[in-house]
Amino acid sequence: MAEGMTWSVTDGDKLTQAEVYGEVLSQLGDTYPDLVALTADLASSTKIGRFGKKYPQRFINVGIAENSMFGMAAGLALAGLRPVVSTFAAFASLRSAEQVRTDICYQNLNVKIISTHAGISFGQAGSTHHCTEDIAVMRSFANMTVIVPADGLETGNAVAAAMEWPGPVYIRIGRGFEPPVNKTKDYGYEIGKAITMRDGHDVTIIACGVGVLQAVRAAEVLDRQGLSARVINMHTIKPIDREVIIQAVKDTRRIITVEDHNIMGGLGSAVAEVIVESGKACAFRKLGVPDCYSIVGYPEDLYHFYKFDADGIVGTVSELMRLEIEEDEDWEDEA
Amino acid sequence: MPLTQEEIKGLTKKAWEIRKAIVETTFTCGGSHIGGSLSQTDVLVALYYKYLTIDPARPDWEDRDRFILSKGHGGIGWASVLGDKGYFDKALLKNFNKTGSPFGMHLDSLKVKGCDASTGSLGHGLAIAVGLAVGARLTKRNFRTYVMMGDGELCEGTVWEAAILAGHHKLDNLTAFIDRNNLMIDGLTEQITTLEPIDAKFKAFGWETLTIDGHDFAAIGEAVEKARASKGKPFVIICRTVKGKCVDLMEGQAQWHYGGLNSDLRDQALTCIDKYYAELLG
Repeated sequence: MAEGMTWSVTDGDKLTQAEVYGEVLSQLGDTYPDLVALTADLASSTKIGRFGKKYPQRFINVGIAENSMFGMAAGLALAGLRPVVSTFAAFASLRSAEQVRTDICYQNLNVKIISTHAGISFGQAGSTHHCTEDIAVMRSFANMTVIVPADGLETGNAVAAAMEWPGPVYIRIGRGFEPPVNKTKDYGYEIGKAITMRDGHDVTIIACGVGVLQAVRAAEVLDRQGLSARVINMHTIKPIDREVIIQAVKDTRRIITVEDHNIMGGLGSAVAEVIVESGKACAFRKLGVPDCYSIVGYPEDLYHFYKFDADGIVGTVSELMRLEIEEDEDWEDEA
Repeated sequence: MPLTQEEIKGLTKKAWEIRKAIVETTFTCGGSHIGGSLSQTDVLVALYYKYLTIDPARPDWEDRDRFILSKGHGGIGWASVLGDKGYFDKALLKNFNKTGSPFGMHLDSLKVKGCDASTGSLGHGLAIAVGLAVGARLTKRNFRTYVMMGDGELCEGTVWEAAILAGHHKLDNLTAFIDRNNLMIDGLTEQITTLEPIDAKFKAFGWETLTIDGHDFAAIGEAVEKARASKGKPFVIICRTVKGKCVDLMEGQAQWHYGGLNSDLRDQALTCIDKYYAELLG
């Protein structure tokens, strides 16, 4: 394990993803003397300010100027530093998409972006502050790695792992507290390696971010109904773990994806690409925000409204279970 | 120290060669941003042949001065200088724009040695330069960062975001040039959208400013020396230039922002350049 992977947070399962991130980043500052942190007037909201309190010399608050911040991060990386940038997901992926793409990804620079308030996690704020497009945007940038951690502890693991991962990395987390799915941070987190949270043979739920907890809860309900659901935490959207997806298609023939993102372009689309390219048929549904600008409300109410909470997943599984799936005797023979 | 007459003569001869190289490469590549490449040439020549602390044999040398061509469409002019400096075999420029060539119109830092940052989308270079200048400070290195912007580029809001940052951080290791040739693609800058007073704008953002004739090596040299001596402020040198400089048919012509040359036009352009320098050098 790389030295940078060493971090510890007290009561990490009781903190928001951003709180764990801020704490872990400030610990990584010791390991990486070249780490320099940037934000655009969101030091406290994104928690990157904790690094700034510890290392004021290596902390730059540019004011409300995201585009210059990402350009500046590119320059800092060109000067041999290791910039970490935090702002809201909407600004990182939409306002500054060109700087992220042209200044950072095109030059394959070592810039790590940790965006907060992703998806509809800041539900009350309205669509200007929602971001249900960032996974789609970021995964379309060559050289970019895209990670959606499931909870606070996984956020810590992802941030630490990103420091040792070459090139640009985009990590998107939510705003407030979401109950954790992991009890400990020591479960062998690796970028690009999906985690099977629970095995099952009737259906596979592939989720990321807050969707993972909802999927785990749904699987518990389904279990009581006599259905066996596999739950996969697909924390890395790019590069995606193809083997786990194809194995799930083979084993369960029913796949549901769950994400706090537009159902177009995000995790669901990434999984669909793998399935279609595999040549293997399966029943498939994408859960998330159904290609609309979200209504306003508390996040947990919105997850329910858009049917990507546990109830919604259970309902979709029931629907899939009613479909006739033909047995496939010649699985290995197909293209 | 001011440039000597001998140095000015040497730089003038070099600019002559570079301008001819730009014309030749524009002829072979099928089309280029020739107007702006000719307007920026004298500043680039002064920097690369006199002022930048660089070593073409070590393009990744950490202590080298950095140069960013924020007006990335001047790539054919920049590549002509980099090739002549020996960053790569300049015979490669025969493949400029060709399929699979490392050289497209806007240089790619991962493919072209000596290109310190990929540019082409306007309004990006100054922020990258600010990052480099802050990075030099954080890593306690003494390199200087130079960036050249087009004048039309000043319409981009990101330039001014970055200008605020440079002023705020008192980046006296940063020098910006504005290639003030008065033209953008669709015509005169001041007719399309008013940019003046450029110097007062930068001053208000915490910069030192100087306006010079961007084709006068003595003035360029004096300005660079002043910028290097500046304490506590970034420095911008507004270079009054002529788009298409030295080629009569292109001078001050917006349509020569981008264009191709047939052999007649190439010969005409080369003759113009030779005539200009023959008279200048006496």
